Amino acid sequence: MISDISFSAESGELVSILGPNGCGKSTLIKSLCNVMRPRSGRIDIDGCDILGKTPDELAKLIGYVPQTISSAGYTTVYDLVLIGRRPYVKWNYTTEDLRIVADSMITMNVNAYMRQDVNNLSGGQRQRAFIARALAQQPAFYVFDEPTSSFDLRNQLDTMRIMKSLIERENACLIVALHDLNLAIRYSDKVIVLNDGGIYDMGTPEKVITPTMIKDVYGVKADVLEDSHGLFVRSYDDDDDRMEDRA
Amino acid sequence: MTTESGAPGKMSESELIVREMQDDIEHNRIEGQYSASMHTKWMFLLAMGVVCLIAFVCSLALGSVDVPILETLKALGHMILPGVIEGPSQQYYSDIIVNSRIPRTVLCLLTGISLAAAGTIMQGLLRNPLVSPFTLGVSTAASFGAALSIVFFPAIIGAAYYETWEFLGLSMSVKNILIVILSFVFGMCSILLVLKVSKKDATRTTLVLSGVVISYLFQAGISLSQYLSDDESLRTISNWLMGGMWNATWSAVTLMIPIIILCLIYLMKTSIDINSLSAGDDIAKNVGVDVNSLRKRGLIVSTLITSTCVAFSGVIGFIGLMAPHMTRMAIGNDTRFVLPASALMGASILLFSDIVARKILYPDQLPVGIILYVIGGIFFIWMVTRKNWGSRL
Repeated sequence: MISDISFSAESGELVSILGPNGCGKSTLIKSLCNVMRPRSGRIDIDGCDILGKTPDELAKLIGYVPQTISSAGYTTVYDLVLIGRRPYVKWNYTTEDLRIVADSMITMNVNAYMRQDVNNLSGGQRQRAFIARALAQQPAFYVFDEPTSSFDLRNQLDTMRIMKSLIERENACLIVALHDLNLAIRYSDKVIVLNDGGIYDMGTPEKVITPTMIKDVYGVKADVLEDSHGLFVRSYDDDDDRMEDRA
Repeated sequence: MTTESGAPGKMSESELIVREMQDDIEHNRIEGQYSASMHTKWMFLLAMGVVCLIAFVCSLALGSVDVPILETLKALGHMILPGVIEGPSQQYYSDIIVNSRIPRTVLCLLTGISLAAAGTIMQGLLRNPLVSPFTLGVSTAASFGAALSIVFFPAIIGAAYYETWEFLGLSMSVKNILIVILSFVFGMCSILLVLKVSKKDATRTTLVLSGVVISYLFQAGISLSQYLSDDESLRTISNWLMGGMWNATWSAVTLMIPIIILCLIYLMKTSIDINSLSAGDDIAKNVGVDVNSLRKRGLIVSTLITSTCVAFSGVIGFIGLMAPHMTRMAIGNDTRFVLPASALMGASILLFSDIVARKILYPDQLPVGIILYVIGGIFFIWMVTRKNWGSRL
């Protein structure tokens, strides 16, 4: 249950949504992507309310990668990415559609296993295939729900970097729910922190991600430190606290 | 912001050119693989068409009297184009084929097509490889409806039950229309019950389990109507429940053809939306598919197509499970191809099984349903004991 959330995202921006489990991140994201309809309120894109748009128009505007992904048996990576073209076709795909699908697979580096069953891929490969599907939709907004949760370190960094350069190139906008504060600091232009179904704070990562915010929202003691590469978060668990007290 | 190595903006010019060339090569490779996979799908569809045609002709030719294939083709051709093609050398060949074998063979063909198509659609809509008209209890419920109509309607509406008339040159009968309507009504009851019992987040096993339990309920109803029926309708029901195809008449077939064609056209049109469901409800919604309405409409149409053929063929199990599964193994999960290909495969399986059923206890005929219970049961066991079956579909 979330209420009274108002924020804006400009094209070319990477906006991270942070917050503890159950704070309403997924609900917010699903209402943005036509998966859930908000009970009241409006979501404006380019000044018009998206709730008044047809599903096809909306699909061309927002591409979604859900948190939990699963696919039916015998679905190949190619079939999966092709689903992204659904809003643009009636029954048959044009060569233009197929070119876009190929581009999306190359961008997300899943082209090598295009004819493999999605279920036989590793977690990271599967997640990348689902992101490629969202790219094939060619939306103005990408909305990802914790896309990096099944990734190893290499894949996390690669995915964020690819998406960052992609939205810059296409002048699109990426709204992404994240758990990793360091990824948020490193890649986002704007950070929105949700807590208890409302907005706790938003703004640039340097301004928002502070020890006070981490203490208030996550209930964790942390420092935000700076080195030659920029800011990073150092968190302490309760045992660390006790040791400090003893010292 | 921290440093970002490897972003396209930071590449040198020569690196960019190399990258573009690599992309071109990769595009060509992907295109090649795509056309190869499309080629496979079309060839498979064509092959299934040929197999189905062979099965159809064999089913016409073989039986208590074996008619030579050439004579069969002549009789068939003479029936379709009387002025152009001469009839077979023996007049009785024509009589056997046109009057007794064609209705039964066409009924088999239509039943195979319908059950396999309904199975494909149900599996796609519910994302469950184990569902089919039979495992969801739709077949049993529809046959309960048909049994009710056979046992009770003659007594209720009297002579009007046996009335027939011509409609656009096709013979229609009150009896057949009532059977179809009651089958459909009870088929719908069962699918609603199954969906009610196994709520949205039910596992795939729960869904099938509720289907089985609900088919027991309707089975009890069938037994009751058998118990209450007189000798004549008891014999009709018993033969027909085992999938005997004894109800094959021109009147039944002409009623079925238009319903089935319309349903198939509708299902083909929605097949691209069903494809998007394979990545989950959320993604289907995101690409603009109204998932709830698609599921509702798709299940109603597949129930209609199932009930229409169950009303005349009786309970034929497992076609709707086997045909889509084997087709997906061959050509993947593109519903636009799986639907027609599995329909043709279902028809071929049923036609060949029916030939076996007619030959195996010669001169007696076995109901084809019995043969399919055996084949289908073994197939089902194989499916659930396979490694990873849970992740399939």
